[in-house]
Amino acid sequence: MRAAGFDGPLTILGDEPYRPYDRPPLSKHVLTGHLPADVTQLPSSLGDGVAWRLGVAATGLDRDRRIVRLADGGTLSYDALLIASGTRARPWVHDDEGRLPGVFSIRGRDDAAALRTALAAGPRHVAVIGAGFIGCEVAAVCRDLGLPVSLIDPSPSPLSRVIGRTVGDPIGEVHRSRGVDLRMNCEADRLEASDGRFSGVLLKDGTRIAADIAVVALGAVRNTEWLEGSGLSADAGGVDCDEHGFVIDGRGRPDPFIAAAGDVARFPHPLYGGRRVALEHWGHAVAQAEHVGRLLAGEDRGLPYAAVPNFWSTQGDMVVKSVGLTEGADAVAIVHGDPKERRFVAVYGRAGRCIAAVAVDSARWLPAYSRLIETAAPFPPDAPALDRPRKSLDIRDPGFA
Amino acid sequence: MPDPATRPVTNPLRVNVDLNLCQAYAQCCYAAPRHFRIDGREALFYDPAPSAEARADIERARISCPVQAIRVEDPGL
Repeated sequence: MRAAGFDGPLTILGDEPYRPYDRPPLSKHVLTGHLPADVTQLPSSLGDGVAWRLGVAATGLDRDRRIVRLADGGTLSYDALLIASGTRARPWVHDDEGRLPGVFSIRGRDDAAALRTALAAGPRHVAVIGAGFIGCEVAAVCRDLGLPVSLIDPSPSPLSRVIGRTVGDPIGEVHRSRGVDLRMNCEADRLEASDGRFSGVLLKDGTRIAADIAVVALGAVRNTEWLEGSGLSADAGGVDCDEHGFVIDGRGRPDPFIAAAGDVARFPHPLYGGRRVALEHWGHAVAQAEHVGRLLAGEDRGLPYAAVPNFWSTQGDMVVKSVGLTEGADAVAIVHGDPKERRFVAVYGRAGRCIAAVAVDSARWLPAYSRLIETAAPFPPDAPALDRPRKSLDIRDPGFA
Repeated sequence: MPDPATRPVTNPLRVNVDLNLCQAYAQCCYAAPRHFRIDGREALFYDPAPSAEARADIERARISCPVQAIRVEDPGL
């Protein structure tokens, strides 16, 4: 908003007591001990030119009176409002077990600092529940620290709900070769306790994995409870927006005074046929915030928000990057490199069009694929995007699970 | 307890790298070897809060990045 010329008063409200910080290091170098959690505070051009209301949660929204209700009993009035209340770690299914000493999750700075302390104390065994990106990163950190670790997930291979088994299998092999005890096709059932502390995971098949630390990495839930009663269309999957980023009410009417951005915003993505998506990506939070910031500052609406989704994940010294959205892909082809060498690019297709690409240690090739996805280029892609003859491409089922 | 959000930060510089953009050309590692490092083939590790003495090195790293992925906040400038 400042960059777009807005020079009126701005208030930034947050339930955490910290100014904005960078989350990606929390599941990587903060856990290895290379970085203290508090150095993750982000650069900001705002400085003291805004009113920070930190450590106070928003608890309600009254759109008629244009006020936000606060946890401390106060209220905050607005002319324009940005909803960026984000997500929180999905808790373990059984509350009492999730509260046991020795059970951790990672979302905020304090979570990461607490888990770092626990890992530094030299646990005998770490159980990571959930083999998504955060789970894989934490398992890799444990191996970097020399700690025995089990990675537990009902899917057949790590990350396979997002990238499919065809690409997830070789990534699983990398973790296995680094010493991770992969427990795929295994569902955690109970977190057991001994002397009031977490002592192991009981799997649904009856197997017990003894461990003194559990990391619950089951994804995120969106912070939309405070919007209950506001008349906005919101649920655990996000708050609905129109194609520009203005939130809509239960009857689909946009509120021109309120926009949403980041993990909490569910919006129709033009690249994916207007399908509503809520993206938990670092780059998306930046790009969508800039977009709606311009709108709230009063700029013309222009084109709908259509940035190509992208993210990265650093797992040990392996970098996994992605552009586009793999959901709904009916085919995948390795177009560069070789999974056996831990260096490749896979392109995902749907109905004969390129919709996503995943690169492992091959970041320099990805921008080229980003353009193919942006333009919905035919799948399989043509040379010169390939480093092999097109007819030799091995086109496979992505194997989502 | 003092408000953690307003406590003075010991090192004034703040560095953030957009790792979506980073393509591991490693120019930052030459410009500021004590603050940027590549692990494996392309996993960048960097110091997000360098000391004031590193200011010149950090600025060289920022300028030399071929994809301009490095952002620096420097209240001393």
